[in-house]
Amino acid sequence: MSRTTFFERNIGRTRNIGRITVEVLDGRTRQQLCFLDKVEPHATIGEIKSLFHKSYQQLYPARQDLKLDPKGKSLRDDDVLQNLPVGTTATIYFKDLGPQVGWTMVFLAEYLGPLFIYLLFYFRAPYIYSHQDVFTSSPYSVVTLACACHTCHYIKRLIEAIFVHRFSHGTMPLRTIVRNCVYYWAFSAWLAFYINHPLYTPPSYGDMQVNYALAIFVLCELGNFSIHVALNNLKAEGGPKCRRFPHPTKNPFTWLFFFVSCPNYTYEVGAWASFSVMTQCLPVALFTFLAFIQMTIWAKGKHKTYSREFKDYPQLRMPIIPLLL
Amino acid sequence: MSAPAMGTTKTAHSDVAPKKKRGPGALATAYLVIYNVVMTAGWLVIAVGLVRAYLARGSYHGLYYSIEKPLKFFQTGALLEVSGIVPSSVVLTGFQVLSRVFLTWAVTHSVREVQNEDSVLLFVSAWTITEIIRYSFYTFSLLNHLPYLVKWARYTFFLVLYPMGVTGELLTVYAALPYVQKTGLYSVTLPNKYNFSFDYHTFLILTMVSYIPLFPQLYFHMMRQRKKVLCHVEEYKTE
Repeated sequence: MSRTTFFERNIGRTRNIGRITVEVLDGRTRQQLCFLDKVEPHATIGEIKSLFHKSYQQLYPARQDLKLDPKGKSLRDDDVLQNLPVGTTATIYFKDLGPQVGWTMVFLAEYLGPLFIYLLFYFRAPYIYSHQDVFTSSPYSVVTLACACHTCHYIKRLIEAIFVHRFSHGTMPLRTIVRNCVYYWAFSAWLAFYINHPLYTPPSYGDMQVNYALAIFVLCELGNFSIHVALNNLKAEGGPKCRRFPHPTKNPFTWLFFFVSCPNYTYEVGAWASFSVMTQCLPVALFTFLAFIQMTIWAKGKHKTYSREFKDYPQLRMPIIPLLL
Repeated sequence: MSAPAMGTTKTAHSDVAPKKKRGPGALATAYLVIYNVVMTAGWLVIAVGLVRAYLARGSYHGLYYSIEKPLKFFQTGALLEVSGIVPSSVVLTGFQVLSRVFLTWAVTHSVREVQNEDSVLLFVSAWTITEIIRYSFYTFSLLNHLPYLVKWARYTFFLVLYPMGVTGELLTVYAALPYVQKTGLYSVTLPNKYNFSFDYHTFLILTMVSYIPLFPQLYFHMMRQRKKVLCHVEEYKTE
């Protein structure tokens, strides 16, 4: 072969658009799993996945993790074959991500559980408390209020999951869902147990405490919902290619965007904190604390992503707590 | 649990590979050497204390009291290993150390009635021998002069010591149960202002149950390490 430059060789390549041969190897064993002859160069990875699926019925595209280098980054579904550093033969490594579940199903499982479990405790179903307390009700209004708040919180989340959210990835691994569900379900059982217990002690500062906490709870729930709608509209307007970061809108709840990158998390923490104060229940406070830690981690990640991607990102904004965190 | 810290995975690999690993800097190495020497010495003190007390009394009974203070000091001191300076898995080491500290303070120290139990001697002996070997292993490794005997001991003794220690620990927790239930130690009941309850008795039972999934995992992990480290010795014999 004559000494052509990389550039010259590749000019020839793009002009002479030939078909590409794709072989899919197992990432661990390097065994050839699939051989695709005469693939169009403008085919996407998503299409490769569909072709692979034809040979392996159980391995639907969402389960496939394809890479050019077994230790490298995963390829995206919208990557085009000819834009990747492959020659006329593309070697792609495959990994099975395990059974996947769609995001909507994930959220349904995670939220329906706590919704019904809490109600079981509220109505004092048998075998939870002592025999004489079965199907009795608490004399305290705050207990009924707490039930209403908790139930509305999860109904709101379910509505959002079904109607509002638009998810970028399609699915989540089954193992993760099981883990998440166990966490949500167990925790809601634990806190519902104490709030609806026959020996429950109402808040120390009485109605004043309950009412103020309730007001803040409602405001935070509305705020959280507003942010989700705003984020969703952002995705709807821009589409996957056009990347913009969220801004405050006419809705006063979105003005928190002046101060934080992830006001939805801020409002969520606020809602749970006010719920803790309203019920004056330590397990709820513990749940709030753990949720706060997790959401702070997510918020920091998101904040970093925004800051890196947008040079005009507002300096004033903090990840989750205005001016502080 | 009484097994030697799992966190030696990376150190173990350094025994296998003849090339120099990306170790800590000079200052960190000095700190680590001093730490490991002190810990080796500490556990030797406990070992000697046990032997002397046994010889003086003539029986195995009640030897805990003779080494109570150094045991608490050096076992709690192991918390420094979770600092992350030591090149080992923070999660595994942390878990090990926390469970040991839990047993030392939250069970043996807190429930005075179990201190005379033979099961206490069982796990204390297991820990003592394990830690002497483990810390001397680290010391020698850091100084790049690891005698094969020490390496062999570190990856062989656990086969007996780990089950021995676990048995001692479980028996001790089991012995503590009636006293905890009777006195309501570390427990909170309803009703109270913060609508919270905690039953230490149930917690201890759950702790015992957790040994069932965890102990085999750690034990087989060590066995795999053993195979990896000791079977390569013909090729990479260290001085």
